[in-house]
Amino acid sequence: MYTTELKERNQAVQGLSLEREDPERLAAFEARVAADDFIEPKDWMPEAYRKTLIRQISQHAHSESVGMLPEGNWITRAPNLRRKAILLAKVQDEGGHGLYLYAAAETLGITREEMIEALHSGRAKYSTIFNYPTLTWADIGAIGWLVDGAAIMNQVPLQRTSYGPYARAMVRICKEESFHQRQGYEIMMTLANGTDAQKRMAQDALDRWWWPSLMMFGPPDENSPNTAQSVRWRIKRETNDELRQKFVDVTVPQADALGLVVPDPKLKWNEERGHYDFGDIDWDEFYAVVRGEGPVAKERMTARVKAWEDGKWVRDAAAAHAEKRGMRIAAE
Amino acid sequence: MLPDATLADYALRLGDDSLVLGQRLSEWCGHAPMLEIDLALSNIALDLIGQASHFLKFAGRAEGRGRDADSFAFRRDALDFRNCLLVEQPNGDFAQTMARQFLFSNWQELLFAQLQHSANDTLADIARKAVKEVAYHAHFANEWMVRLGDGTEESRARTIAGLEWMWRFTGELFERDPALKPLVDAGVAVDVPSLRPDWEDRISRTLAEARLELPKPRRWVMGGRVGHHSEHLGHLLSEMQFLQRAYPGAMW
Repeated sequence: MYTTELKERNQAVQGLSLEREDPERLAAFEARVAADDFIEPKDWMPEAYRKTLIRQISQHAHSESVGMLPEGNWITRAPNLRRKAILLAKVQDEGGHGLYLYAAAETLGITREEMIEALHSGRAKYSTIFNYPTLTWADIGAIGWLVDGAAIMNQVPLQRTSYGPYARAMVRICKEESFHQRQGYEIMMTLANGTDAQKRMAQDALDRWWWPSLMMFGPPDENSPNTAQSVRWRIKRETNDELRQKFVDVTVPQADALGLVVPDPKLKWNEERGHYDFGDIDWDEFYAVVRGEGPVAKERMTARVKAWEDGKWVRDAAAAHAEKRGMRIAAE
Repeated sequence: MLPDATLADYALRLGDDSLVLGQRLSEWCGHAPMLEIDLALSNIALDLIGQASHFLKFAGRAEGRGRDADSFAFRRDALDFRNCLLVEQPNGDFAQTMARQFLFSNWQELLFAQLQHSANDTLADIARKAVKEVAYHAHFANEWMVRLGDGTEESRARTIAGLEWMWRFTGELFERDPALKPLVDAGVAVDVPSLRPDWEDRISRTLAEARLELPKPRRWVMGGRVGHHSEHLGHLLSEMQFLQRAYPGAMW
């Protein structure tokens, strides 16, 4: 899964003036980035670049880890053995993505424990999309189709992002996401061609997931003041609105093919622009969800904190055992 | 293939063990003590669901009444499930889950190591692939038993409690079933009592390394192989089978 670019993303970074950086090193860094060179962990980098990346990669890692919950909700109720195995494998992939991303962020000088602590205390954010509930099996289809579809749109450009470990993690993640998206669409296809009850489920899932999926691309460009800096540093390669438009253009014909109706009365092909026009996004809802007021934000965070706290004795035991073993080996 | 009710019943035992334990482990997904454990438990669950699909599909062929793996998994009630009681036990905490895995996977590995030489080619093929998977399950569980048993006071106490919970169901794993005699005689089914010495040896070695004691002998709780399960299985099935029961005849 993926990260929502949040409005407050660079607040901490704004205090870090580039003017305090060594101008020669900064110029050399900027030139490398402009030449599409990868920046590696041991290379010099401006503090603001490091902070922005830590924030973005850790948000992305948290999104993967929290993102296991809405779909995990249906693993034990998957309708047949094939779907169960696919869903388990998919949610497991998400955990794997979380792991590589935490590892990529750790190369920037932060520990996984610090990042998890920031998530649990509410200081770190994760994608708003996971604060919506999965009510029926069709939601598993809709998440794969729409949410992973939006994630791919966002992540494909990140394979060429300037920070090497992040870019390499994204190459692997994108391969798996395209499988996730296909399995989601396949579920939707099966439901859309199924019984009336299944068709109803499929349409209802599209109705509920459409707008939150469009919100995944983050605030409109005019309210995304840090986009320019991030684009210059190749941390981001396309703007929120460009990616959102691309997503709508690709997804609407897919909905048509399913015989499902996109819940937007203003949606219309614009011949002149060569794009779909679409209705206004409810940004009040988006910012409320960012603030932690999403429908199941409490459930998601409670589940993460519970797993972490319930698991403390296990992590402690592993550490205690490793220490005992080390001492025994040393004593021999 | 000619219908063979005994062979179908045997395949159901093998498949139901894997299915029910796979279902149990998948309950952990997203809630494990750390991401690495989450991935490992999902992996084990996936292996088990895969094994179940193969065994249950074969059971359908042996039965000869047109049932497929999904009809066995999603449209039977508890009385017709043939898994052992051990695998349906609740996850409890991570120590209880590991105690169950430890006792079961060590047994299942020995079982499949013999089943891969079965006179029935399909069962032998399934077991040949599965034995490698299960060797990893056993390895994972053995390592955790040692870490938890020889970790902290708390982890030790929890592990002892987990073993205590699970131990009463282990007798069933080695119970000879007269109904399977023709299959055992024909070299198709494994004679499970013969697995006991190796299993006890493995269990004792790991427990010694974990500085834990073998639980005391006691009266076994049995019944899974004839459909008399614990109270836990009905709830597991009601969750697992929900969609197939709520929307009969729908394709997914």
